Amino acid sequence: MSGGLYKQQVPGLDTALDLKHLKPYGDTMNDGKVQVSFTLPIQDDEKGAAAALELASQMGLSEASVVHHRKLDSRFTFYIIYGSLRFSVDYTRIRVAAMAEHAMPLAATDDWIRSELGRKIVVVGASTGSDAHTVGIDAILNRKGFAGHYGLERYEMFETFNLGSQVANEELLQKALEVAADVLLVSQTVTQKDVHILNLTDLIELCEAEGVREQLLLICGGARITNELAKELGYDAGFGSGKYADDVATFIAKEMIRRHALQRV
Amino acid sequence: MQSKLNLNTDLVSQARSYAANVADHTQQFIDCHTTVTVERAICRLLGIDGVTDYQVPLPNILVDHLNSKNLLACGAAFAIANAIIHCKLTPQQIADSIAAGSLDLSRLPIADQTAQRLALAPFLEAALQRINANRQKREDFLMRHGDKQGPLLYLIVATGNIYEDITQATAAAKQGADVIAVIRTTGQSLLDFVPYGATTEGFGGTYATQENFRLMRTALDAVGTETGRYIRLCNYCSGLCMPEIAAMGALERLDVMLNDALYGILFRDINMQRTLIDQSFSRRINAYAGVVINTGEDNYLTTADAVEEAHTVLASQFLNEQFALRAGLPPRQMGLGHAFEISPDVINGFVYDLAQAQMTREIFPEAPLKYMPPTKFMTGDIFQGQVQDALFNMVTIITGQKIHLLGMLTEAIHTPFMSDRALSIANAQYVFRTMQDLGEEISYRPGGMVEARAASVLQKACTLLQEIDRIKLFAALEKGIFANISRSKTGGKGLEGVVPKEHVYFNPFEEAMQREGMTR
Repeated sequence: MSGGLYKQQVPGLDTALDLKHLKPYGDTMNDGKVQVSFTLPIQDDEKGAAAALELASQMGLSEASVVHHRKLDSRFTFYIIYGSLRFSVDYTRIRVAAMAEHAMPLAATDDWIRSELGRKIVVVGASTGSDAHTVGIDAILNRKGFAGHYGLERYEMFETFNLGSQVANEELLQKALEVAADVLLVSQTVTQKDVHILNLTDLIELCEAEGVREQLLLICGGARITNELAKELGYDAGFGSGKYADDVATFIAKEMIRRHALQRV
Repeated sequence: MQSKLNLNTDLVSQARSYAANVADHTQQFIDCHTTVTVERAICRLLGIDGVTDYQVPLPNILVDHLNSKNLLACGAAFAIANAIIHCKLTPQQIADSIAAGSLDLSRLPIADQTAQRLALAPFLEAALQRINANRQKREDFLMRHGDKQGPLLYLIVATGNIYEDITQATAAAKQGADVIAVIRTTGQSLLDFVPYGATTEGFGGTYATQENFRLMRTALDAVGTETGRYIRLCNYCSGLCMPEIAAMGALERLDVMLNDALYGILFRDINMQRTLIDQSFSRRINAYAGVVINTGEDNYLTTADAVEEAHTVLASQFLNEQFALRAGLPPRQMGLGHAFEISPDVINGFVYDLAQAQMTREIFPEAPLKYMPPTKFMTGDIFQGQVQDALFNMVTIITGQKIHLLGMLTEAIHTPFMSDRALSIANAQYVFRTMQDLGEEISYRPGGMVEARAASVLQKACTLLQEIDRIKLFAALEKGIFANISRSKTGGKGLEGVVPKEHVYFNPFEEAMQREGMTR
């Protein structure tokens, strides 16, 4: 470990927060400190460490330092690097499609659906494609929910079908049509080589091919899903980590009621 | 081992006897049925291998042929023996001829059973000898290098490409892995055939094929020789082809195999009749080959609550133990499963996990328990994840769990990177080294929290088993007693592959393995 990594004071560093030039924070404003770790398919020696540093430099790190390197195999080495990011972003120009809604309590959501929609909302959910994990879909649908946030099954105004894991997109859609679903919930928990993207786009294409895209509310969720990504892929919303069943329930209720109102005018 | 939990041994015996009743009752059903994959496993053991131009495995060709000629209930051994006698062909040639359309097994004269058995004997002997030689080879290797004391570090590889898997497995073995599990590709458990040859494409895992088994075995033997340790190989004989994959594992010297009908019923929606029959023969093969089975109780807690449903894990372990005994598996080959899955938010959650692990250790003293790391409450916070895994490692070393599935800090994100594995091994080795004998220093306060927790879980498990004994297993599964999942007796996948045996039916491998197993 190189000594004094955090103690270095860069002369002339402007330590005032500037939202137009936002940088990562280590222990001093604008120090730009980040950590990166990766494996290189080479032997563990000085030449390897130099290669790692050069990569760090290309990532935009200055004063980069290999704080740890470890042989994983004769031709694989693991590196942990700290450095200062040269880049900054203009925070004032960032726009995101974040869902501003605050989650509503369970009873209030039920009441609202009851009075505005007057019927149960049918939700079909599954962990699709190669994903064998049901943690995500269970957290949203199962009665018990997750971390104290009850799942949609517990709501009186949701009728839910949890198809479990490794469900083919075709199977999911078929079930949705069979039970006249309003909402499709797709979970992608653990993925390999970004197969979740392919899988999620595939479902959209399938819905479009069947001519049912417009009549369904399509929602995806998972650790690596963001609302922006979801929208980019053609979904109505996406829920990532830190979102719970009540967030999803609130969104569904609002969107269903909004659509219902549009149909009436 | 002296009990540290002051467990009520009468209650343990009672629970065991309820489980024994349940297993006996179910076994009666099992014994008078066979399935397509049981018959295909017999074909494989008789030496039938290979695929047609359309990639259909020859064991499937033969068994589908039997099915279409209404011969399945008589068994593959019966039909193949007739063909050996009357056509002077080997089992492989018989399968080839059926694939070519030049042989119809229903048109052959039926030999008497003595002649049938005599005709099959050379093929039966060849398979048993090969399996015994594998067993001997494993024992020689362990004798030469000594076996690992303490927990076995179990790591998964799951690249989809067997050659990439070998690269990762070799690296993991050099870093300290003792067991390498090759995760199967998504959905393989639902295939009613076993794919063929070396494979390089799979999602979330790699196809279990006999050639992939052989390639990985060779690679692990090489790294084992280099590092002076025996590296165990694990795969999955679960799903719709349990006995076939058990047979492949026996032929290619796998050491550990996931094998649990209850898991298939609950989590893969495989028909319960089908998979319990399949399980019985697959365990018979595992027992004979010296393979340690791993059961899947840990999965219950991924859907059900680990605090409230802990007793269902214990109840299922009792059932798995009884089914295993009936298939000839000795306790030292029963890797009963459980998991560290209590929410990090639960006050004293670690204490409950510790109590469960200690209790399981004491109730199944000879079983090499399989302990699963936290998965349900792992998040994208990899730093916190590393701490959760450290706590899990502590429970293992304190309570003497044996097959220790390493937790990955990136569990909730992706299939492990090579570096994730290395960090995980370092974590476990650190905990195991610095706490090696801590367990022996610990005793639990009489009447304290740990003792009370174990007593309560045991009591509930016993009550549950009593109820299962009353209504029997099929009805219990229909009621959804495990993992809060309910399955119907005639629902799920694979029921069409089940038939009641005819009186002429015989399974020479089941008989020989049972006979030899008893004299060991």
